[in-house]
Amino acid sequence: MSAAPAGLWDVLLLRGGYNATVVQSATLLLGAAAGSVGAFALLRGRSLMGDALAHATLPGIGVAFLIASAIGLDPRAPAWLLLGAAVFGVLGVGFVHVLTRSRRLSEDAAMAVVLSSMFGLGVVILSHIQSLPGGNQAGLRSLILGQAAAMRTGDAITMGVLALICALGVTLLFKELRLVCFDGEFASARGWPTGAIDLALMALVVTVTVIGIQAVGIVLIVALLVVPPASARLWTDRLWRVVALSAGIGAVSGYVGAAISAVVPRMPTGGAIVLCAGAVFVVSLLIAPSRGLAASALRLARLRVRIGREHALRSACEWLEERGEQVENGARVPVADALRAVEDWPLWRWFVRISLRVRRFARIEGAEFVLDLRGASEAQRISRAHRLWELYLERYLHVAPTHVHSPADLVEHTLSPELVAELERAVDAERSSMNGAGGPR
Amino acid sequence: MPRIGHRTRPDSLASFPEHSPESPLSIHDMTVAYDRRPVLWDVDYEAPAGKLVAIVGPNGAGKSTLIKAALGLTPMLSGRIEFFGEPLKARRRDVGFVPQRESVDWSFPVSALDVVCMGLYSEIGWCRPVGRRARERARASLAQVGMQGYEDRQIARLSGGQQQRVFLARALVQDARLYFMDEPFAGVDAATERSIIEVLRDLRTRGRTVLVVHHDLQTVAEYFDHVVLLNRRIVASGPVAEVFTDENLRKTYGGRLTLLDRAAEELARAVEPGAGS
Repeated sequence: MSAAPAGLWDVLLLRGGYNATVVQSATLLLGAAAGSVGAFALLRGRSLMGDALAHATLPGIGVAFLIASAIGLDPRAPAWLLLGAAVFGVLGVGFVHVLTRSRRLSEDAAMAVVLSSMFGLGVVILSHIQSLPGGNQAGLRSLILGQAAAMRTGDAITMGVLALICALGVTLLFKELRLVCFDGEFASARGWPTGAIDLALMALVVTVTVIGIQAVGIVLIVALLVVPPASARLWTDRLWRVVALSAGIGAVSGYVGAAISAVVPRMPTGGAIVLCAGAVFVVSLLIAPSRGLAASALRLARLRVRIGREHALRSACEWLEERGEQVENGARVPVADALRAVEDWPLWRWFVRISLRVRRFARIEGAEFVLDLRGASEAQRISRAHRLWELYLERYLHVAPTHVHSPADLVEHTLSPELVAELERAVDAERSSMNGAGGPR
Repeated sequence: MPRIGHRTRPDSLASFPEHSPESPLSIHDMTVAYDRRPVLWDVDYEAPAGKLVAIVGPNGAGKSTLIKAALGLTPMLSGRIEFFGEPLKARRRDVGFVPQRESVDWSFPVSALDVVCMGLYSEIGWCRPVGRRARERARASLAQVGMQGYEDRQIARLSGGQQQRVFLARALVQDARLYFMDEPFAGVDAATERSIIEVLRDLRTRGRTVLVVHHDLQTVAEYFDHVVLLNRRIVASGPVAEVFTDENLRKTYGGRLTLLDRAAEELARAVEPGAGS
């Protein structure tokens, strides 16, 4: 750390010193690589494999440390430790594969077994190392939760370059990955080596995981593979946009997270990065158009207002017809009768009234519900759709007339004009065939 | 049969009478098993060129398995498959495939056009992007199945029938000479059914061969020229008029039970699970 503690803004604007700048740029690239690789891993259903893989790397790190100490190498060299991590990560994936293939276990159970037992093995090896003389300074613990600030410039550059290669790999194999993730069977039938493409994806996941261990840590690296694509998927329906957005979210999370952990004392980088990604996810979940919670709540509310509106118009129409009056502009119905079927909740009633007014369907004058310019034809349209639907249920599905009312009530509001026309044809055909059977032709 | 435009074969090859070079697909002695339980027994079949062939049989008869094994998607215990007299590897370009609609996740973030373009990936080759010409061809293929205007629609927002037509367009864009289609008529609307029929007849006019796994016995005679009756083994195969008989259907769908009995039993089970069996 530099003599004067740098503020968050200084660090974000890359004024935190040379090493901090390099480390932040590298975590940015890491985030972009993890985001883009993770998008395909998520779509291929391989996300948790990344988690199993990451946890399986811990004993690898321990074993690499012990071997290096035994043969007199520098046991703390990151390249060496990460090599051990990669070997054990691949080993873990292999175990899952073997357990699943022999059909002794389902894939999720196999991953859980491998993940927990290899991580447990790693914890045991690590505590053994800490009991060795000099083991305390090994700093292996920081690999569990990540400590980007402790990275050396050279390691950060290596990480950045490898991340860039991964992102490039995804770009090159974009078409092949899309094909295999969407329809592996078709891909095989057309002669694509599905297994090899899957293997390439797995290799990308292994690489991102292993190079991310120093910065993000073993426990949380999977979040960088899963959370950005899950957020991106909420925003768009196009694959390239999902991948690009996911890479962007990963990059920003990596960059900001590394900056926060550089400023806040003893804040593990992994936690900070994942929190950033998590914040993006929460915001996406709330406000994403069409898939966000706010959007679907709004859709639901609009549907309820529409149902209330249509109930009111139908009730008015029925009230008028029962008395032999015309359903026309200016026809008057007591409010209590018109709003009979509208949910008895002041706020909804208020929304329904506003909506009727705004659409020029009806207005309320004192205790009377007055059909407006477009209200009369709308009321007739709704009543007709309702009756057709009732008739259809009764004739074709043989639902007893007493049971018809409530299910018909729900469906009729979402009938499209084409479906209403089709219903009409079906009911008409039935009617004419019944008439034809009775009389001579 | 005169073979205009074909090179005359060397005599050494002519000594194999069982596979003529015209046959788009010949299956010899195919046996397939899942978990050591045989699904297909000793299937021998030679598909006629330029015909529409229905593959018919009860649930679990191995209809899809037959297709998948022929395409090398399911390993065989034994058997040899040839396409136009050659192994599949040499003829991939000429073999098209329409998988079952339920075999993929339709919420996948791609558009209808993206899916159709997948039929051209092999032509485009490794690591190269989908170009404008490929997209134009995919567009034309979508139009061929009556789906113009839906190019940019995300596939989850298509109806089941439209999804089926997207799959069909993906196979058509490849312009293969032999097509396998797994239940293309399952659960589709009337417009889609008409569109598929039109496409099938067009393929036949152009001399293509189509093998279709089909579940609706009522329409076999109307839609198809040939039929394969399958139940773990081939019960009968040949022109619909000769082979699609009550006798053969009885053999295929189990000797004792008539179709009506089976239908009644299924209905009873649907109404009251656990009854009847």
